Amino acid sequence: MALLNIRNLSVDFATGGGSFRAVDGVDVTVEAGEVLAIVGESGSGKSVSMLAAMGLLPWTATVTADELTFDGKDLRNLSPSARRKVIGRDVAMIFQEPMSSLNPCFTVGFQIREALAQHLNLDRAARKKRALELMEMVGIPAPEKRLNAFPHQLSGGMNQRVMIAMAIACGPKLLIADEPTTALDVTIQAQILDLLTGLQRDAGMGLILITHDMGVVAETAHRVAVQYAGWKVEDQPVKDLFQTPHHPYTAALLAALPERATERRLPTIPGVVPGQFDRPQGCLFSPRCAFADDRCRSTLPPVQPPELGRARCHYPLMAPATEEAQ
Amino acid sequence: MTQPVVTARNLSRHYESGGGMFSQRQVVRALSEASFSIDPGKTLAVVGESGCGKSTLARLITLIEEPTAGEFTICGTPGVPENWDSLRSQVQIVFQDPYGSLNLRHRVGSIIEEPLKIKRPDMPAAERASKAREMMEMVGLRPEHYDRFPHMFSGGQRQRIAIARALILEPKLLVLDEPVSALDLSIQSQVLNLLLDLQERMELAYLFISHDLSVVRHVADDVVVMYLGRPVERGSKEAVFGAPRHPYTVALLSATPSADPTRHRNRIKLEGELPSPLDIPAGCPFAPRCWKAQDRCRTERPELGDAAHAAACFYPEGTETA
Repeated sequence: MALLNIRNLSVDFATGGGSFRAVDGVDVTVEAGEVLAIVGESGSGKSVSMLAAMGLLPWTATVTADELTFDGKDLRNLSPSARRKVIGRDVAMIFQEPMSSLNPCFTVGFQIREALAQHLNLDRAARKKRALELMEMVGIPAPEKRLNAFPHQLSGGMNQRVMIAMAIACGPKLLIADEPTTALDVTIQAQILDLLTGLQRDAGMGLILITHDMGVVAETAHRVAVQYAGWKVEDQPVKDLFQTPHHPYTAALLAALPERATERRLPTIPGVVPGQFDRPQGCLFSPRCAFADDRCRSTLPPVQPPELGRARCHYPLMAPATEEAQ
Repeated sequence: MTQPVVTARNLSRHYESGGGMFSQRQVVRALSEASFSIDPGKTLAVVGESGCGKSTLARLITLIEEPTAGEFTICGTPGVPENWDSLRSQVQIVFQDPYGSLNLRHRVGSIIEEPLKIKRPDMPAAERASKAREMMEMVGLRPEHYDRFPHMFSGGQRQRIAIARALILEPKLLVLDEPVSALDLSIQSQVLNLLLDLQERMELAYLFISHDLSVVRHVADDVVVMYLGRPVERGSKEAVFGAPRHPYTVALLSATPSADPTRHRNRIKLEGELPSPLDIPAGCPFAPRCWKAQDRCRTERPELGDAAHAAACFYPEGTETA
């Protein structure tokens, strides 16, 4: 049975201009020990869908789902106090900006111990020992000294390590990392990604990696879900996705990568992601799609079978991307 | 032979910081001894991690700050404060964040016209407006955008506005400080294509500052790699990416994730982090993190030199003798 199972998740936000659907009918499944990457541009709903699953959205959001279970527990009708027992302990999350997600008023040691005190039955000395262990696990040099440091005294990479230490403090079964390396330099990014995948492998955790960086996806993920404007448009194992993308959006996104460019001009995707007031009828990608016809512009596309990458498209692409480019 | 648009020799910029009643003043060596030149129609990319001095370099070249040592010329004119006023129409800059670099209270038209108002005060308003509209067309904005405000535009469109504003004075050199790193992938390629088109059409020289090596590989002609305020490697794009010589460049290239899941590389893991620019190690600045460092590296600083493909290292890659 899957660790996290989400079927037909939708999130609507009540805004001044009416309701806005940020996530529309998304399915997510993660097995234990699997690394799932969710890729998409800004506004594709990749963060919101995970925040919805964790119950971290503000009251303006309405979350509906046919199924929302974690480790056999239904998260939809869990009371807030029962939910807090699961969130932070069995499911943990790492956010993009380590500098702004740590509390500047407390030392990092206090903040790690706080997570332990909240969820585990440890006495003071045991908590301190565990905090030290965690700091060592995430590769912070001189951990005894650093436990008493405030976030502003540490660099971005160090703070991100502290965030990871907090997240894995209670031995979660599932770790959700929301753009964990976007704010970091490449050499530090490589260190953090190695750390995350190492911890994931050793503990057999499920890991959901939310990112927009195709390079990070290619190097760390087992399976990739591509989101566009609140839809999940494709879901494939990583090698297949990069070799044979079935949704035109995925194919266009991969072609737009500068490192895949064969000539000076890059292939582009014309237009922009639809917003609240210009959502097209039919397929959301149809205004920007090179293959769209009248059917795409009027009817909602079906979800194709797994062999076709669960592409949400009327006309999924069949040929490998390399042949098509030629 | 054409005259280079910019030549810089040993450009340095140091800042003093601290210096209270009880503490000594400290010197932040943000940029030391950078030398390069850019020909018309060419792109020089400056790459490096945060704190390596690439944005300081941009501030010096765009005449926002004076260098503390070294000199540079723009189109043959020395970039000293007496000449700043006349040089400023030759050099323009596009900033990283198009959400912060446009005045929200001005309409797109007046944003684009503002440089003309300042630099060409004699130009009649009608001519200014027609020039602005011409420029908008060139960067792919529609005529009806002229009267709109920046908040009505997406990131990619805003970056086009910023590019139009930078180009309205017809500069020779455009400094691009991380121009696409705030943009989504599908928009990034649109803006990169626009920059390449404009360069071809207007013979622009670009000083392209970025930390994204895959973008640099696509747009650059020459590359300078910086570490802790110093250029550590300089050469043509093919040379630097094909046969990197400085260990830092090698590490940087191997740390950059590649969008190809079938390729498994042995990533070089760099230990530790960037030292503070207040306290730059003696000898080679990269020595504390370098896996090849010897005693000599910790005491003596290697010079970059003037070779076509130069690396500031005693034991560069590709010339293994040890």
